[in-house]
Amino acid sequence: MIYSEKVMDHFTNPRNVGEIADADGVGEVGNAKCGDIMKMYIKVDDGVISDVKFKTFGCGAAIATSSMATELIKGKTIDEALKLTNKAVVEALEGLPPAKLHCSVLAEQAMKSAIADYYKKQGVDPTPIIGDIGDCEDCHGCH
Amino acid sequence: MDKKLIYCDNAATTKVSKKVLDAMLPYFTEEYGNASSIYMLGQSAAKALLKARETVAKAIGAKTHEIFFTSGGSEADNWAIKGMALNGAKSGKKHIITSAFEHHAVLHTCEFLEKQGYEVTYLPVDEKGLINPNDVKNAIREDTCLVTIMFANNEIGTIQPIKEIGEICKEKKVPFHTDAVQAVGNVEIDVKALNIDMLSLSGHKIHAPKGVGALYVRGGISLPNLIHGGAQEKNKRAGTENLPSIVGLAQAITDAVQNIKEKQEKVSKRRDRLIDGILKIQETRLNGDREKRLCGNVNISIRGVEGESLLLMLDMYGILASSGSACTSGSLDPSHVLLAIGLPHETAHGSLRLSISEETTDEDIDYILETIPKVVDRLRSMSPLWERICKNEGITGTI
Repeated sequence: MIYSEKVMDHFTNPRNVGEIADADGVGEVGNAKCGDIMKMYIKVDDGVISDVKFKTFGCGAAIATSSMATELIKGKTIDEALKLTNKAVVEALEGLPPAKLHCSVLAEQAMKSAIADYYKKQGVDPTPIIGDIGDCEDCHGCH
Repeated sequence: MDKKLIYCDNAATTKVSKKVLDAMLPYFTEEYGNASSIYMLGQSAAKALLKARETVAKAIGAKTHEIFFTSGGSEADNWAIKGMALNGAKSGKKHIITSAFEHHAVLHTCEFLEKQGYEVTYLPVDEKGLINPNDVKNAIREDTCLVTIMFANNEIGTIQPIKEIGEICKEKKVPFHTDAVQAVGNVEIDVKALNIDMLSLSGHKIHAPKGVGALYVRGGISLPNLIHGGAQEKNKRAGTENLPSIVGLAQAITDAVQNIKEKQEKVSKRRDRLIDGILKIQETRLNGDREKRLCGNVNISIRGVEGESLLLMLDMYGILASSGSACTSGSLDPSHVLLAIGLPHETAHGSLRLSISEETTDEDIDYILETIPKVVDRLRSMSPLWERICKNEGITGTI
């Protein structure tokens, strides 16, 4: 298994690590049993994700995909962010080993889950907008 | 500044020593004959082969004719287990006893045999990573054709009660095989005193090259062939002998068993410094018995961090180690060894194995002990799992 230079760059120098104390939305996905947990914080101003931070427990790919996902959605509108797929994260990282593709799925879910939390806090039901986010339980690998 | 490189993964493989390499080199371009050939060049190869066989036999207290060279530990394990299974089947004995935390070369071979209609008992190990000899005794049945228990565990380094198990097997007249790949050169081994019937060993764990190993088979046991063909290895294992590597193995095992007590003392002191130093980090635990342990093995679980990211970050500091996390095991489950000693998945994901050698210096240990807390601090500070552990258990800080 070999990581691309881009993955190693985002693992070594992850962008947007940390927390946002007064976040407008927080999403957490994954579980400790499988070895990956991602937590994402967003700040939203006029429908634009003005700031985003993450914390991740997981492998190199988990940290790199979290970092890349935050970079891709920072400064974007919520609508634009929701169009971000795990595939786009993988492409931006110049590929991931097949065994690590689930990390990119987790990054997409963490971002969507933070946006869903934002909508909920606004009193808006996120389901019609975001759809089913899915969660770690959908991956049957560890059970 | 030169990038530091501290190799702490000697349980995975070792560097070929200069002495071994020098011993091997003539066998590539000068003494390149086939040991089966009649002319002088062939005969000198045959002599070197015999000498290597004598050397390896002596190192483990065996007789020369009891040593069969193989391509490594995995082949030796496969040969011993499948061979005894075939022998057993002739008299209706199709039951094998092993342990839950063997190397995959043993476990997957046993699983293969289960599919062929054999029954396998996987003995449990206790929380310290030790097998209870009484469990072996109680598991032996009329139809048991083999007991195969590893000498020392490759991940947590625990040394098993081989002598006791050997005695039980002798008394019950059941052949006893041990995978001693990690033990040879680290533990004194006398196959006769320990009542071992078959023993697997590997070259690349003791500073010989990869691709060479041996199986000791006690005289009187007739093991069927795994590889058919020419008459090499007393008609038992076909294929032109890998003489350069076999000569390398003989040199390596000679060096490994020489002054073994001194080596154990020197290396285990450094191991203990490492263990004590790393355990100063909060929420860490040593995996495997502290005393009955290979002199170079450290295996510690660090809560709130994941093993692969730990390894990648240590690599950036020039420390090369290993982990039992799922991400490094190539599957989604963490190490079967750590699960066998009862670790929860999340703790197993955060395990770190450092396997040091005689070459590891006190300065290396200082550097490792300076570096690990930095890396753990960095990973825990970005870990939502650590955040949760702290919140639930009232822990403060990261290290």
